[in-house]
Amino acid sequence: MIAWAVTCRFLAALGMTAVQDRPVIVASKPFGESYILAEMFAQLLEARGVRVERRPGLGATEILFAALRTNAIDVYPEYTGTGLVAILHDTASRDEVYRRVSQRFQQVYGILWLAPLGFENTYAIAVRSETAARYHLATLSDLARASPQLRAGFTADFTGRADGLAGLTRVYGMRFRAVLPLAPALKYQALASDGVDVIDGYSTDGLLARYSLVTLRDDKGFFPPYDAAALVGPRLARERPDAIAALSLLSGRIDVMRMRALNKRVEVDREDVATVARDALREVIDAPLGGAGVATRTRGRAVDRIGALAARHLLLVGIALLAAILVAVPLGLLLERSRAAAEPAIGILGILQTIPSIALLAFMIPLFGVGVVPALVALWLYALYPIARATYTGVRNADPEAVEAAEALGTTAAQRLLWVRLPLAAPVIMAGVRTAAVITVGAATLAAFIGAGGLGEPIVEGLALADTRLILSGAIPAAVLALLVDGVLALVERRLQPAHLRSKRRQAAEFGAISTRPSDRP
Amino acid sequence: MIPLSARNVTHRFGATTALADVSLDVPAGAAVAMVGESGSGKTTLLRCFNRMIEPDSGDLFVGDGTVRSQDPIVLRRRLGYVQQHGGLLPHWTAAENVGLVLRAMRRPDRDAVSATMALVGLPIETFGSRFPRQLSGGERQRVALARALAGNPGALLLDEPFGALDAISRADLHDAFDRVRKRLGVTTLLVTHDLSEAAHLATVIVVMRAGHVEQRGTIADLRDAPATPYVRELVARALAKLEALEGSSA
Repeated sequence: MIAWAVTCRFLAALGMTAVQDRPVIVASKPFGESYILAEMFAQLLEARGVRVERRPGLGATEILFAALRTNAIDVYPEYTGTGLVAILHDTASRDEVYRRVSQRFQQVYGILWLAPLGFENTYAIAVRSETAARYHLATLSDLARASPQLRAGFTADFTGRADGLAGLTRVYGMRFRAVLPLAPALKYQALASDGVDVIDGYSTDGLLARYSLVTLRDDKGFFPPYDAAALVGPRLARERPDAIAALSLLSGRIDVMRMRALNKRVEVDREDVATVARDALREVIDAPLGGAGVATRTRGRAVDRIGALAARHLLLVGIALLAAILVAVPLGLLLERSRAAAEPAIGILGILQTIPSIALLAFMIPLFGVGVVPALVALWLYALYPIARATYTGVRNADPEAVEAAEALGTTAAQRLLWVRLPLAAPVIMAGVRTAAVITVGAATLAAFIGAGGLGEPIVEGLALADTRLILSGAIPAAVLALLVDGVLALVERRLQPAHLRSKRRQAAEFGAISTRPSDRP
Repeated sequence: MIPLSARNVTHRFGATTALADVSLDVPAGAAVAMVGESGSGKTTLLRCFNRMIEPDSGDLFVGDGTVRSQDPIVLRRRLGYVQQHGGLLPHWTAAENVGLVLRAMRRPDRDAVSATMALVGLPIETFGSRFPRQLSGGERQRVALARALAGNPGALLLDEPFGALDAISRADLHDAFDRVRKRLGVTTLLVTHDLSEAAHLATVIVVMRAGHVEQRGTIADLRDAPATPYVRELVARALAKLEALEGSSA
């Protein structure tokens, strides 16, 4: 009961607040431009006195849209073409796209497209200038002709979408020699270093110019227009006209030149997203921003941030692990009593273990939204198996002669459990807890993908912005944390080890057995 | 002290008949040994008395009542039990092991533990805080015997308690056990495959074979009037072994 109350308090502390004073949750896709726009939304809202929670880089279109529909997030930057093709699975003439999506989204989902921001970010299929020269490439039709000689590197988002690779293949008849999946942040480097010959860039990317790449013209008009706009979830659209009014200030204020410049500052010059967003807001907003001015996101020193993230990481792991112990140990004991059910039940837990963490986290979104709760549930599920398996095995294999003697001498089942079976199984159970803890510390880095924070946050951000230093600032502390947790649990394990098994005693035992032998003799 | 008795007990494990209509009496304070090969049913019958096995048919009596009428946990606390490998709790000290039954009954009694350990020749000051793996095989069986006695049981059930020991520890422990039993006068039912051990420790010997009683009587009865060729051969083999020992020492 106490553990439950404490857990509840932790959950509250982690940001589970009552519906009425819930902050506006601003999310983005995992690439630079989306980060910048979301940060601009967030700072603008904060300047208007609206409380904001940020979920930068939360996921690709499917995850963000699912989260928006269920009000797990409130607003994120989206592109009209994506809404039309990837979500509505519809087509429309270029001029019709915005009208079509805003109408249909309102009718079907109660989701609001604010007026477009003022720039289009379409797919820009790019090649190196040498490649363009050698194969005489200017249009996508030219590319289709040369495609059997070329290796393509496409992002998962592009490969998976109707307005991506599939449509491109259908309309132009592309037949690449190979198609490699690439992380968004790495595609320009992959292209520049001759790892691949073709990539899916964005027309606003700051990196297009840097690597002197050639973008190929969409001569068959395959890509719909991708006008950027704020996509507002049903709850926010209904309840917060103040927030809508604030966000609408950005409509038509960001042209493609400005966006490209902002992207370049983040992607090429490695400037801080918050700073770039703040500068951009100063430039584009002529309406008064309110008394507070544009709030800057106080990030503090990097060390403080990592410390806070590590603490949150540990808290996530601690709660998930504690909850897993509370469930898995009794479950292991229960299974030991009904052995027929044990192997199938443990097998099911084992199957859970084989689900890739990122997929398991994605499954959690429709059930629990985004944030701390789905992350805790996923981590908890991961930790169950090693603990339940260890408890079951440990208790089942506990010295059968000792257990039988205790039974034949008139101990109750509870006494045997507490005095004999659990103590004898303790080292095995503890080993299971240790395994679970290390797995959970690792898996918790992925919790950042669904907005639960922790050391995965700089990793996700670094992956999106191709910033190795940022990635390492999360990855190294996470690795250190895993070692620390394992080390601390090793100490706990040693303390829990029954006295008769401790190594010092073991030596004494060997010695004792020899020295007392003669007393046995007549 | 309480008497033990079995009436027409039959038990099967699947297709195997472990006990076929077996009857047996152990008067209060007496010591009876069941002798036979493994699979003869002797251990099965022993375990029917403390309800570790529920027989298919027949009645067993501990004291005045049938075992079926008694709560198994209460019943087992009245019957001390020692098995071949002792079954000591490896994570408990010798003294803690000896105190198991008292602790299970929620009346821990340090003096009773100390007295019982002294009785089996293991002074608590020296041996009380040792763990089983710090003890020799013979010492472990003494602890097991003390554990069976500490709750002051009405009868003892011993399942090959000396079976895993070397000859010297074994002879030593026989003497110790005989002393203790005679002093306490506790009813004893012993299972062993060794006829000479049975003759040494019990007054009445029950020879068992394939789930039935071949013959019961004193060692003299078995020697002078063997009921079956099997008993004759069993006695002859034990005597031959004894003679060989005497021959080699002469």
